[in-house]
Amino acid sequence: MARWPKPPEGSWTEHYPELGTEPVSYEDSISPEYYELEREAVFKRGWLNVGRVDLLPRNGSYFTKEIAVANTSVIVVRDMSGQVHAFHNICRHRGNKLVWNDFPGEETRGTCRQFTCKYHGWRYDLDGACSFVQQESEFFDLDKKDYGLVPVHCDVWEGFIFVNLAELPEESLRDYLGPMITSIEGYPFDKMTERWYYRSPVNANWKIYVDAFQEFYHAPILHSRQSPANVAVAAAEAGFEAPYYRIDGPHGLVSTAGIRAWELDPEMRKPIEGICRSGLFGPWDQPDLGIDQLPAGVNPNRCDPWGLDSFQIFPNFTILIWGQGWYLTYHYWPTSYNSHIFEGTLYFVPAKSARERIAHELAAASFKEFGLQDANTLEATQSMLESRVVQRFPLNDQEVLCRHFHKEVADWIDDYQRESEMAGAGVK
Amino acid sequence: MLPKEFADLEPFAEWCIASEHDRFAKRLASSMDEIQALYDAVAPRAEAAIAYCDQFPLDDMPDEALNLMHLLYSLITVSFAVECWRQPYIPDSGATRVDLIDEPVP
Repeated sequence: MARWPKPPEGSWTEHYPELGTEPVSYEDSISPEYYELEREAVFKRGWLNVGRVDLLPRNGSYFTKEIAVANTSVIVVRDMSGQVHAFHNICRHRGNKLVWNDFPGEETRGTCRQFTCKYHGWRYDLDGACSFVQQESEFFDLDKKDYGLVPVHCDVWEGFIFVNLAELPEESLRDYLGPMITSIEGYPFDKMTERWYYRSPVNANWKIYVDAFQEFYHAPILHSRQSPANVAVAAAEAGFEAPYYRIDGPHGLVSTAGIRAWELDPEMRKPIEGICRSGLFGPWDQPDLGIDQLPAGVNPNRCDPWGLDSFQIFPNFTILIWGQGWYLTYHYWPTSYNSHIFEGTLYFVPAKSARERIAHELAAASFKEFGLQDANTLEATQSMLESRVVQRFPLNDQEVLCRHFHKEVADWIDDYQRESEMAGAGVK
Repeated sequence: MLPKEFADLEPFAEWCIASEHDRFAKRLASSMDEIQALYDAVAPRAEAAIAYCDQFPLDDMPDEALNLMHLLYSLITVSFAVECWRQPYIPDSGATRVDLIDEPVP
């Protein structure tokens, strides 16, 4: 018997009939050929989040983002008028990477008035214009106007900076995000500037980790030892159900119920949680968010207590808003068909006191302990998927977003291949 | 290292560590006896320590109070070893690492 009402069709999965209910293949996560298609069809067509405006606090602030899956590095910069731009990180003279320090493959950030190439000293204004060519008179008919940095489509939504590597994006960023995601506009992301940035190299296909965080069916089992034994047993017996799922275009949402940890018998929680008045779900004492009510798209099922909303923004970005008044993001940056870089970033309203800071510390430490457990299973899964001993895997209704996500990637590839064939046949 | 009110915790001063990277590394490099000793000493004093640190503005703490904060962070770091794992490292995490690159100061 379901604890939460399901849609009239009987399940969340059947509520979206195009998903089917059959066992699925994970060939898409173990095939180098499929990965090559994803590079073109997904990562060079979708809008990719590369960070927040907080990373560009002043005019002249910049950071670089390595996007190995699209074979490029991007400079994101706030120019002297305050506008945010993105450029491919390449000098127009002889192709040197323009902005880097010590190791060309590592990301960097800083503040400057112009970019200067380390190789021959060509310079670029922060709006991309080439402003100086060393020994310009030695060149042949060279007009600096023709040698600005190569721009990347860039737009900002709610302080989140997105780039699109297509020549011409098929949709504006706002249209791409669609109604489910844009209905969280107004959440005070801009007030949550206390930032914790984690990074993890993972030996698994990027979609395997996306899956790990878009279902919580695993939570009472994989994470059982992070609760007192009596709680863990009860949680495993009860299993996990989310009260609400939604799919909107390529994006997905799972919203969960919460707990009032501070009302529990202390036997039901770990001692450190009582000491810090905090835990995985965040500080027990909520900060002042400075808003009268949450935006319509946040906690859409109006759960009370409410745990979290995890918005999976296609293809590789998650915004997870916690009921306790903070949020985190996930990014999955593929580096090959069976490896990627995972980034987890936590954002709090800056602590105003030692007590608040201690509560943040436990929430962040809990994130890492859970994250390490989640990451553990990935290499183990990848290696055995690659054995191809088993071809079909059953997914349950709590894994509806995994089912949708893999289908969405496949649909993008089909779409891309269809367009390529039409272009090849001269059809416009 | 620590405020005089917390002189009893001086034997654990080597756990006054500013960065999460170094705290986590020390947890992994310590025995459960060492971890348990830290936990048993600091946990009962944690509320008093938090209240002490709370007297000062977060961005302008005296060095001794800041050391005490860092000791509290270490308590949090080791609490998982004591309360969940009964060993310093997370079970089955041999192939994995999650590095905290940017963290708030203090």
